Amino acid sequence: MSMGMVYALVGAAVAVLFAGMGSSIGVGTAGQAASGVVSQDPGKFGKVLIMQLLPGTQGIYGLLVGFITLSKIGLLGGGAADLSPETGLMILAACLPVGLVGLVSGIHQGKTSAAAIGIIAKKPEQFGKAMLFPAMVETYAILSLLISILAVSAIQV
Amino acid sequence: MSNTNYTFAVARIRALEVSLFSKSVIDQLMACKTYEECMRFLEDKGWGDGSGKQDGDTMLSEERKKIWETVEELGISMDAFGVISYPNAFHNLKTAIKETLTDKHRDDFFYENTVPSREELREIIKSKDFGRLPKNMEEAAKDAYETLMHTNDGQLCDVIIDKACLEAILEAAESADDVIAAYARTVVAVANIKIAVRCQKTKKSYDFMMRALTNCSGMQTDALAKAALGGFDTLCAYLESSGYGAASEALKISPSAFERWCDNHLIEMFQPQKFESFTIGPVMAYIIARENEIKTVGIILSGKRNGLPDSFITERIREMYV
Repeated sequence: MSMGMVYALVGAAVAVLFAGMGSSIGVGTAGQAASGVVSQDPGKFGKVLIMQLLPGTQGIYGLLVGFITLSKIGLLGGGAADLSPETGLMILAACLPVGLVGLVSGIHQGKTSAAAIGIIAKKPEQFGKAMLFPAMVETYAILSLLISILAVSAIQV
Repeated sequence: MSNTNYTFAVARIRALEVSLFSKSVIDQLMACKTYEECMRFLEDKGWGDGSGKQDGDTMLSEERKKIWETVEELGISMDAFGVISYPNAFHNLKTAIKETLTDKHRDDFFYENTVPSREELREIIKSKDFGRLPKNMEEAAKDAYETLMHTNDGQLCDVIIDKACLEAILEAAESADDVIAAYARTVVAVANIKIAVRCQKTKKSYDFMMRALTNCSGMQTDALAKAALGGFDTLCAYLESSGYGAASEALKISPSAFERWCDNHLIEMFQPQKFESFTIGPVMAYIIARENEIKTVGIILSGKRNGLPDSFITERIREMYV
């Protein structure tokens, strides 16, 4: 296997690993808050569950970029491409945005979701407004996803 | 402790805050014409054991018990609440010493859910095995026991234990979060002001005051004791100059206005905790808010039971947290 392929695989791994870590931390934090509310008021389960799920999207974005990368380098189709080290490094660089931004935004979205769950605990009728705060963090995860997808797609293999 | 560890607790507290009494609920309680009507109102709000047969005092003590049952369910170490639980624990110590020396046993004089428990305290004091007490109680318990035994001076016994309690609160606050440290300093400062006012009214000596007052930042005990010796106006002037102008104003109105100021001051201090999501502050605020709420309900029930005029009760009603 060429070094280029190794770099490209590292890129796919970075996208999936870091974004997944961010999501798992974020979903975990929001889950603690959700459990706190449901332990007192089970009727709010549906609303707090949605809040808990919000930081989970970064992991999905990482997975998506990982799939595109694997598909790009031919690993999914069964015919691995012969990648130069430069091309491999370019793919690695293209995967970094979704990995790193996914990690940071996942953690912070989890914290924001936990805080927003506090709003739902006290004022469930403000669910729409409460959901906007963690959703704002999502913007940056989407931006990084876009850049990673565009960059991976644009690299000539 | 990492912030995340309080995420569950704070979210649960947010859900519990919904059932805290707001000013409008207190106004509705005040609007009840009789004590019985007040009790029905409180039962409708979920207070007491739901039997409808409890008297006011039992209901309030039931509600106090509920606070600590809730806190225990949050999964936070009770050590974190030392600054709040110490007054009850040290009160129990006083009670245990006094009942041992007077041989009169009354369970209802003790607070529940303290460390050490009522029975442990009784056993320790009875056997004079003070070493089994927590470190911050040991010396004070020994000193208070011997003082009461030799002088029969209950007030001096109280002074020794109260001071040890305030010192324990300050010590616990040293390694605690900012909000707990600020609460501890305020509690000690307010206690010092109360001591100075009472000593001034009862013409206590400088030495007695120095024995009772506790050193804390922002308040010099020596200056406070000297101000109290100088009379009421000198004491008020000292309070104004040391940042407790509102306390001084309340003192000039009446002792009950001052007591009200003390509780309102603490509630005001905890208001920013409504916006915290990951620290222990909201949990502390909830405990203080519940105690404040129970105290206010107790004042109203007592006033209604004794047929006091509404204006008399209203001037004693505390500010609510929510």
